[in-house]
Amino acid sequence: MSDTTPTRRITLEVQSYHPETDSAPHLQRWDVPFTDDMSLLQGLQHIKDHLDGSLSFRWSCRMAICGSCGFMVNGTPQLGCQVFLRDLAPGPVRVEPLAHFPVLRDLVVDQGSFLDKLEAVRPWLVPAHPQPLGAGPQRQTPQQMAQYQPYAQCINCLLCYAACPQVGLNPGFAGPAALALLHRWNADSRDVGWAARRDVANAEEGVWGCTLVGDCSTVCPKGVDPAHAINQNKVHSAADYLGLGRLLARRAPPP
Amino acid sequence: MQVIACDVVVVGGGGAGLRAAIAAVQSDAGLQVALVSKVVPMRSHTVAAEGGSAGVIRPDDSLDKHFDDTVSGGDWLCDQDAVDFFVAHCTREMVQLEHWGCPWSRHDDGRINVRFFGGMKVQRTWFAADKTGFHMLHTLFQTSLQHERITRYDEFFVADLVVEDGRVCGVLAIEIASGELVLFRCGAVVLATGGAGRVYRQNTNAGIVTGDGMALAFRHGVALRDMEFVQYHPTALPGSGILITEGCRGEGAILVNRHGHRYLQDYGLGPTEPWPRPKAMELGPRDKLSQAFWHEEQKGHTVPTPGGQAVHLDLRHLGAQKIHERLPLITEVARTFAGVDPVTQPIPVRPAVHYTMGGIATNLHCATTLPGLYAAGECASVGIHGANRLGSNSLAEIVVFGRVAGEQAAAFARTAAPVAERGLLQQAQAAAAPLLALLDVDQGERVATLRNAMGDSMEAGVGIFRQASGMQATCDTLARLRARWRAGVRLDDRRRVFNTEWLSAIELGGMLEVAEAMAHAALQRKESRGAHVRLDGFSTRDDARFLVHSLAWHGGDGPPRIGQAPVVITRSPPQTRHYGGAGEKATLT
Repeated sequence: MSDTTPTRRITLEVQSYHPETDSAPHLQRWDVPFTDDMSLLQGLQHIKDHLDGSLSFRWSCRMAICGSCGFMVNGTPQLGCQVFLRDLAPGPVRVEPLAHFPVLRDLVVDQGSFLDKLEAVRPWLVPAHPQPLGAGPQRQTPQQMAQYQPYAQCINCLLCYAACPQVGLNPGFAGPAALALLHRWNADSRDVGWAARRDVANAEEGVWGCTLVGDCSTVCPKGVDPAHAINQNKVHSAADYLGLGRLLARRAPPP
Repeated sequence: MQVIACDVVVVGGGGAGLRAAIAAVQSDAGLQVALVSKVVPMRSHTVAAEGGSAGVIRPDDSLDKHFDDTVSGGDWLCDQDAVDFFVAHCTREMVQLEHWGCPWSRHDDGRINVRFFGGMKVQRTWFAADKTGFHMLHTLFQTSLQHERITRYDEFFVADLVVEDGRVCGVLAIEIASGELVLFRCGAVVLATGGAGRVYRQNTNAGIVTGDGMALAFRHGVALRDMEFVQYHPTALPGSGILITEGCRGEGAILVNRHGHRYLQDYGLGPTEPWPRPKAMELGPRDKLSQAFWHEEQKGHTVPTPGGQAVHLDLRHLGAQKIHERLPLITEVARTFAGVDPVTQPIPVRPAVHYTMGGIATNLHCATTLPGLYAAGECASVGIHGANRLGSNSLAEIVVFGRVAGEQAAAFARTAAPVAERGLLQQAQAAAAPLLALLDVDQGERVATLRNAMGDSMEAGVGIFRQASGMQATCDTLARLRARWRAGVRLDDRRRVFNTEWLSAIELGGMLEVAEAMAHAALQRKESRGAHVRLDGFSTRDDARFLVHSLAWHGGDGPPRIGQAPVVITRSPPQTRHYGGAGEKATLT
């Protein structure tokens, strides 16, 4: 554990809401001691461990890979483990649940709609032919991998949904992460599932729901660039509308 | 109480649980699986595994070499029949993941590339840059979505097993969003709940790694095996304990002390040249490397940092291009959490608790002694890790044995006789009462007070080096902490909706019992082997007395009972472990 004793303090204004006892959310102020290596997540943990055990928030890996601890930090979606109190000083810092999601409790949002959207893009590999394991691994060059690798880095942290104005206006919009994932599989040289995913992509609430604001890519903690993925699929969708879809579909190689 | 009926309940949505669920539905066309996890699957700790997963693929490698590396790495405490099964099935599972879309790193011509890990004769580690666990987990999760007979219950905390007629017939869970209790009725249960690293204070593990499944099985009379063997990973960030993958050293990184000296040569891992060569210097096994750090710290050769003493992991000679291509997550983690750019600065690292070699005792079929109960992954002890796990064997384990557990549980559920719901419900209600009573406690200590005392005591008494007095002190402390927990943990939060304080109190109760199994098993092992090293006159391996597994049985409110079980030795009699020494320079691919 850290040997350094905290000498600095910061005020965190954390949204509190409990459906069993509160009619509306409100901010609660906490005075938190911190050291230079402490993240906002550690500040929240300090509150929970020592000041008020009822404060509820999700967290797990504390190294920005599990995607649990997204919050609105002074109005911007960020991972709590990735933003440091030293950079937020002198404060106060406003910490609220991710925008555009129903709030279950304090900083905990209902992520059910996101999981449904993720599933709807059929995010699994659709092979041209059934692959016996005995055939061994398929070949895929680094150049082929580069086509989808950036879009495979998404940690499903929901920051892009909280940032996207279109998600705010139209909760049915498939949204940045799900459409980036759709593109990830379509762009994979081993996959021929384009046709199975076209209805989701081409729908009003698919790629055409995006108005190119680009905030999704700005807030992404993993550099995924969902906006670019969606843009490429607008081109594909338009081509599909013009009857050129078959040119886009990856042909199944002969068995 | 709501009752949900299914055939197989899989507890845990990490790599082992997902692989088990997929295997279960694929092995039986009529079977319904409930995948019950306290987090959404992609939050599971598999996500944080970095370096890679073992599977023989190179022409100069062989199953025998993988077997030998695993058995010698485990200091001959591995069950060799389990290791044989394991090494024979690793590559098949890696190929399966490839067919499901896992983005394994490749050679320029599109073939799978593999990297070195510590303790390996030959490169054998399949990797997806340095986010291997992340990619395996997301591949498994996304693949699972196409199986309609897998129903996910995300954010359901399993608090007990329901046993009737001597077999498992269900689990009792708390739906976290509502705080309501739910009974899952089933024919078989797979525990895939991960390790228990959070019983220590400084560790590489996510907050969810609290040994829940181990505690469930333990309380229902299943033995925990080899719990004294806790792996300290040699390279974690001081303070936070965030993991810096062994893949760094697999790609050629070196460890130096405050004088810039590659100190591993002083601890039986040298000479330094030729470099790199397998099983030498920085490519030695984790137990030896963590022990070497401890000696360096004693000698005052380490570097002070705000998070504690450290040594330097130096990647600079690899060059920016290789670092960015092979180790992008490490680059990001080092910058964010240590404030250093590994291209231009060494990363300060020190050992931190990483992995529980032991776990719920199972046979080769992942079956426990409780009929209908199966276990796979870090929560289980199927016998492949012995006294020290070889790096990259755990990711392979979760898929190899996740599949076995899923198939075996499916087969058991198919023939399980139906049990009347009434009795199960009565049991579930009885088990729910003490959980709900926790919400009524209005005086007592805070969860964090007891949890921190446990973590500090485990570090002090059951750390890298051990002696009887320290282990006994930890046993005594844990007994007192359990008494304090029973006396009452005061919760600020008495409400039901998403009450994570309540859940942490329940987790803590189980963690204290799992920690006790570790400390008591350690005290009884009067020898040094693998990750269990004693300073008090038992500094060498004693095969005559201790070439045996330890078993810990739950002792109610008292300490666990510790016993022994034979180790399966089929073809490799115990030998001295050899690392360092002469060898040929290897070519890194």
